Amino acid sequence: MTGPFSQQNWQTWFSDWTFFADGFLLTIYISLLALMFTLIIGVIAGILLCGNNRIILSFLKGYMSFFQNTPLVIQIFIYYNVLPKIGVLLSVEAIGVLGLALYTGAYAADIVHSAIKAVPTGQMEAASSQGFSYLQAMFFVILPQAIKIGLPPMTNQAVNLIKNSSVLAVIAGGELMYRADVWSGSNLIYGPTFVMTGVLYLVICLPISLLARWLEKRSVRNV
Amino acid sequence: MFDRWLHAFEVVFAPRILAFLGQGVVNTLYIAAVSILLSLVFGTILGLMRNSKQRVIQIIATLYIEIVRNIPLTLFIISMRFMTKLPPLESGIAAMTVFTSAIVAEIVRGGLNSIGKGQWEAATSQGFSHTQTLWFVIIPQALRRIRSPLISQFVTTVKDTSFCALVGTYELSFTSKIVMAHRSIVTAEDILTLYLLVAFIYYIINRVFSGFARRERGDAMKGVVR
Repeated sequence: MTGPFSQQNWQTWFSDWTFFADGFLLTIYISLLALMFTLIIGVIAGILLCGNNRIILSFLKGYMSFFQNTPLVIQIFIYYNVLPKIGVLLSVEAIGVLGLALYTGAYAADIVHSAIKAVPTGQMEAASSQGFSYLQAMFFVILPQAIKIGLPPMTNQAVNLIKNSSVLAVIAGGELMYRADVWSGSNLIYGPTFVMTGVLYLVICLPISLLARWLEKRSVRNV
Repeated sequence: MFDRWLHAFEVVFAPRILAFLGQGVVNTLYIAAVSILLSLVFGTILGLMRNSKQRVIQIIATLYIEIVRNIPLTLFIISMRFMTKLPPLESGIAAMTVFTSAIVAEIVRGGLNSIGKGQWEAATSQGFSHTQTLWFVIIPQALRRIRSPLISQFVTTVKDTSFCALVGTYELSFTSKIVMAHRSIVTAEDILTLYLLVAFIYYIINRVFSGFARRERGDAMKGVVR
């Protein structure tokens, strides 16, 4: 068999599998770190959005509006090109984590905010009447209930984050998509490379997507 | 300090650079607009297919949607560029249509499934056929509900055109990358001015879109029988 999917091409691809395995692991590593920071940003911003400090509110609205309406590629270009010029030297992996976290965090803030708002106000009132401070009530009464509501959309955002990590290829991020791009270009073997790269992303994303769907169904049933 | 910002403005807002970026804007809008229109058509068909009573059709649509949704768009963009003979802009459109159709299909299906069973029963009792019910009763109601998720997806689609920069398509992000490499762009202020201008252009395009989304949401629920 000849053509892009010839046996020869598959063999060459498989002989270099460790190159892709490293990229695959880096994609998972970057995504996990970014997801952790995304959650931190989302929870803090989501709680602050429920407050009524005008300055904080307009700052957060500005943050979310800018990061949701401009492409991640441009945001990454800015970190990659501007930070070194002002003396902040970060590795491409760190820039990736920073970029993904700030970008996805803008969506996470929305999710946490609406999840908190979906918890009945009576819960906050009941907690206050029992002597909980605002923060105590938030952490021990409201957030545990909000997690159930916010988990399905947040899981979907996690899938988006993993898929978006492929954008790091534009700054030679070293993750899976970058390696697929570089390896296929230098070996001129496209078919097997792209199929296997797709499979590797599916292996990470599909289970999480299915989990999201299952969580969605379960929360609908409980309501 | 102030001088350097002033200089950055002079450098970035030079007519030649603006004209070059303008070409990028035109290409970005072209890729986005055609991809949106095509994925609206194919996405609707796929969404209807996934709801089909015919098992084979349903399975094909489900497989397509679940596989495509869980693979990064960048992979489709690279594959289309390197494995087909399509010209740059068109390969970008093809890749974005393949990907966005799967997302649109899920939105359409969600909208169709949110319309109560009673609507189907009522239409059937009035002598509507399956297709007639779908066209005259279900779809008009579903359209109102999916308008705002659809528009936010298209905001994402506009942003996603920037992924084409990976294969050197002359859309806005890639043109800005070329401008960035020009010898007149030197200081952090120059670079920041350039990219903030580009970000601002995307921002404006998207705000016009999401402005629509917000305005429509107000009457999205009006007249919908729940």
